[in-house]
Amino acid sequence: MASMRDIKRRKSSITSTQQITKAMKLVSTVKLQKARNRAEQTDPYFNYMYRTVKSILSQSGNISHPYLLAGESAKKAVVVITSNRGLAGGYNSNVVKLITESGMAKEDLDIYAVGGKGADNLERRGYHIVENASQIIENPTYPDASELCRKVLTAYADGEVGEIYLAYTHFKNTVSHEPQLIRLLPVEIDDDGEEEDSNILMNYEPNAEEALDTIIPKYVTSLFYGALVEAVASENGARMQAMDSATSNAEDMISDLTLKYNRARQGSITQELTEIIAGANAIS
Amino acid sequence: MADANRIFKVEIITPDRVFFTGEADFIEFTTEVGEIGVYKEHIPLTTVLAPGVVSIHNSGETKIAAVHAGFAEILGDKVTLLAEIAEWPDEIDLGRAEAAKERAEERIRSHAAEVDIKRAEFALRKALIRIDVKEAR
Repeated sequence: MASMRDIKRRKSSITSTQQITKAMKLVSTVKLQKARNRAEQTDPYFNYMYRTVKSILSQSGNISHPYLLAGESAKKAVVVITSNRGLAGGYNSNVVKLITESGMAKEDLDIYAVGGKGADNLERRGYHIVENASQIIENPTYPDASELCRKVLTAYADGEVGEIYLAYTHFKNTVSHEPQLIRLLPVEIDDDGEEEDSNILMNYEPNAEEALDTIIPKYVTSLFYGALVEAVASENGARMQAMDSATSNAEDMISDLTLKYNRARQGSITQELTEIIAGANAIS
Repeated sequence: MADANRIFKVEIITPDRVFFTGEADFIEFTTEVGEIGVYKEHIPLTTVLAPGVVSIHNSGETKIAAVHAGFAEILGDKVTLLAEIAEWPDEIDLGRAEAAKERAEERIRSHAAEVDIKRAEFALRKALIRIDVKEAR
């Protein structure tokens, strides 16, 4: 059995770790609140964008627009959104796993990384990182998103990549976040059958194709921005959960160690008594 | 003079927030192909916004704002502006706009190879709009 002093030392070290995890949990709770509000505020913009793009595509029928057809290059650009800091449970590794288990060949991927953890991890595995824009995850703004988007779209327009994917963590609610890999370009709009406003004949200025030209990059950027904001919310949610369970694990360990400590104390007292009594017996 | 039949809904949405939602009897803004004024029962139209001033008129009151880049969806009884950036006059920092204007002019004048003229012109337009909106108040 470990000595009393060892147990005591270990207990105090766990207590101080517990204090840290508790504090981190509080911090990420506050950050989560903020990030969630932001994520909610981008929703109307995105929904409108989605609806408009969808209605343009459904009305304009078969335009052969470069944004709607896969490029010739076999290469794929993947934007990977993770965090810069760890201690968030499986948050970062789940996103990385999406890529490694997607069945896409390593050589075909150009990674645009947002978030240092994902970038490091993928680089170690031998993926090709084209761009590391990790600082923007700290406080994503729309101009940041459009800047990165411009780079990816330029690569697409130049024919360097044929498809664009986005890997991020979708924020469902505080306790549930889901890593997702979605295709941005060529655009795929799922026909979910609801033909709203179909009786309105929309006009486009200058014309449908040119409108698509400007609207699709904006659509992609808005997806991008939405993903960044959601990823921040998910990161903090994941960290909050991780720190919560770390705190309760520490609690368990402390109570276990307290029990052991008390046992060791009792044992040592009993031993001392036995020794004294034995000594007294020997004298008399 | 604003009668209820001429009122329609106006929404201006940016990525960060719902910038404006309310009613109007007339709205003006700038598109890629020129300025446009919209009354109720306009034909359905989707158009690309150019940096410019949006004025929302409602019963003789006029609100103006600066809007940069985006597009507008006009339906008979509703106008939605999806803008990347939208600002009320009191959110604009005149000093910053002036500085941005000078910087952009400088870049355009320099004719250096590494200068992206299109971007500089766009920046100049944004700065000019901001100054316009600020001073129109």
